[in-house]
Amino acid sequence: MTWIPPLLVAIPLVAAALVAGLDHVTPAKVQDALVVASSAATTAFAFVLLWQVESQEVVHWFGGWKTHGGVALGIDFAVDPLAAGMCAVIGLVVTLALIYSLTFLREAARLFDALMLVALGAMCGFAMSGDLFNLFVWLELMGVAAYALTGFEVDRLGPVQGAVNFAITNSVGGYLFAVGIALLYARTGALNLAQIGRTLLHGPAGGLVIVAMTLLLCGVLIKGAVVPFHLWAADAYAVAPAPVCAVLGGVMTDIGLIGVARLYWTVFDAPFGHGHAVGDVLLWLGLVTAVLTGTMAFLQRHLKRMLAYSVLCHIGIMLAGIGLLDSAGLAGAELMFLAHALLTAGLFFLAGILHVDHGAIDELKLRGRSRGSWAPAVAWFAATIGLVGTPYVGIYLGHGLIDDGATELGRPWVLPLLWLGSALAGAALLRAGARIFLGWGDADDALLGRALEEDPRERRVLRPLLLGVALAAVVLGVAVSVVPGLGQRAEYAADRFRDRAGYTARVLRGRPMAPPQSLPITIRHTSLDSLLYGAGATVLALGLAGVGLYRRRLPRAVAVVAERALAPPIHVLRELHSGVIGDYVTWVAVGTAVLGGVWALLLH
Amino acid sequence: MSYLPYAVAAWLCLVGLAGVATSRNLIHLAICLTVTQSSSYVLLLSVGYVRHGKAPIFKGIPLGTTAVDPVVQALTLTDVVVSVVVVALILALALDAHRLSGSVDPDEIADVSG
Repeated sequence: MTWIPPLLVAIPLVAAALVAGLDHVTPAKVQDALVVASSAATTAFAFVLLWQVESQEVVHWFGGWKTHGGVALGIDFAVDPLAAGMCAVIGLVVTLALIYSLTFLREAARLFDALMLVALGAMCGFAMSGDLFNLFVWLELMGVAAYALTGFEVDRLGPVQGAVNFAITNSVGGYLFAVGIALLYARTGALNLAQIGRTLLHGPAGGLVIVAMTLLLCGVLIKGAVVPFHLWAADAYAVAPAPVCAVLGGVMTDIGLIGVARLYWTVFDAPFGHGHAVGDVLLWLGLVTAVLTGTMAFLQRHLKRMLAYSVLCHIGIMLAGIGLLDSAGLAGAELMFLAHALLTAGLFFLAGILHVDHGAIDELKLRGRSRGSWAPAVAWFAATIGLVGTPYVGIYLGHGLIDDGATELGRPWVLPLLWLGSALAGAALLRAGARIFLGWGDADDALLGRALEEDPRERRVLRPLLLGVALAAVVLGVAVSVVPGLGQRAEYAADRFRDRAGYTARVLRGRPMAPPQSLPITIRHTSLDSLLYGAGATVLALGLAGVGLYRRRLPRAVAVVAERALAPPIHVLRELHSGVIGDYVTWVAVGTAVLGGVWALLLH
Repeated sequence: MSYLPYAVAAWLCLVGLAGVATSRNLIHLAICLTVTQSSSYVLLLSVGYVRHGKAPIFKGIPLGTTAVDPVVQALTLTDVVVSVVVVALILALALDAHRLSGSVDPDEIADVSG
């Protein structure tokens, strides 16, 4: 069955070429059918692959250039359950987004569809690649498609600014990645991940390897929009069309995280796996990202910008899970990715519907205007609760597994920080939902800054279709924590992903796997700590949302003290997110230098 | 082995980044970006260089002749292709920025912030 992995890349790329090439020749209906069918077929093959890889590693060597005496001669896709699962989720979200955009973006249609398919193929390629240079190629390919998609509505300045900031920051990330590749190739003479890892296991890990690791990890952390590399993300996601946002925010940002995990456990675990320095730095980056971007989400009034910061907050939580460097943390990140991708996509779809209904996407302008539209309201609140991580809803199970990992490693202080982040981001979304669908709260709030320019209104849409897609995404996302057997399978996938020696043997020696034990099909339970923290985070989110809605009714003394204490840091935070590309690149350079310095100190 | 190519690569990377960070013109910025990327070309080529090595074309020369590493050349070519696409896109966006705001200064087009 080694012919399936290349199909996940080939189907969308060939379809994209056909769609772009046959523009104006074939009727629109045929094109639409081709686009949705190819995306759905990719998703279906990803699910077949997921079923296949449960008992074996599916390795495809392109052009038949297999290994020779344990040395990689060619380029491979090496698919494990995590990679296959990632492809399945990516395919699902992209398919939903393509169905949603059937009527949402009619004028833009053809090239838009082609770009979405290119992004799909590139993301699948990145998730499956077992070759370092191919990771770079897929990273750049999905990047270019995404920059063009962000700047799709070039008739306004916002999308141009968003696309410029996105393109330049991520290109710098790509170049750092390329330099890292050159350094590792110079040290090991290999580009295959398994082979690089095996070579580094024997040689001394000097400064060169630390520099290479810093550059490679910073390259993917920029894609993953982790503080301080996150500044581009809100600018880009606020201006892209809703279905594009669903793909960028739902799955493409997370690609950076699988890059971190893949690079660490195939390559850098070999020289640095005896200590915890690499993981601890990632853990701290994740914690800072979760709390800082959660706060930023609370300060937004533009729904897509708010959702963008909420995405970054969850990225931070997932990075913290990966940074724990154990199976529970990684499994938690996988499950969170699944729930977060679907729920975030659903919320972006709902924001698009609000915009179609009222021509605005601003929390204050929309206040009370969607009273009585029950389906979007229920979906919005369900998705929001799912993103807070209320016990057994949405991201809860993933969050709970990360908690388990942190507790086992003796880092219990991680738990409250992570739940604080998700409560802050959730509070922002709850507040927006209450304002828009219930008409609660004050009509104006200076805390939320100024209004941004609105997108032009889409009129000729099939609203039931949009709503159906949004509901499907939200229902699937909310159910993730109670799907029987999912938690155990995520843990199994994480165990296999972390087994570097096994990966090397399977890829380079073609060694078959020991048959896995059969896994129980029950709902995985979490610790009491997670239950309490999940409930606490829900209460905190509701409380913060209430404060956000009725800030003026706070007792005067409290309001004055809060204003004095919070106004300066909030001002500084806003100033940091300046929207100017020069500042962003400076942060990238400083961040990379600091991370490299910290790792050099800790690892030497 | 000479350290000069590595020093050149590091210099190009840093000076390009400094240019991107301080640029007041999107077209200038796109060129600075290509300067940053050329550091990876220099680095790759110097990694694969072998003194007195022949070009890696093995037709009509005896087996065992020393040749430079062909892999890094393939990587560099791919890198060049990627860079061209990105620069083309940024230049197109610069045109749009100028059409919409009459300026190509990143500070002037910063419409969204905070």
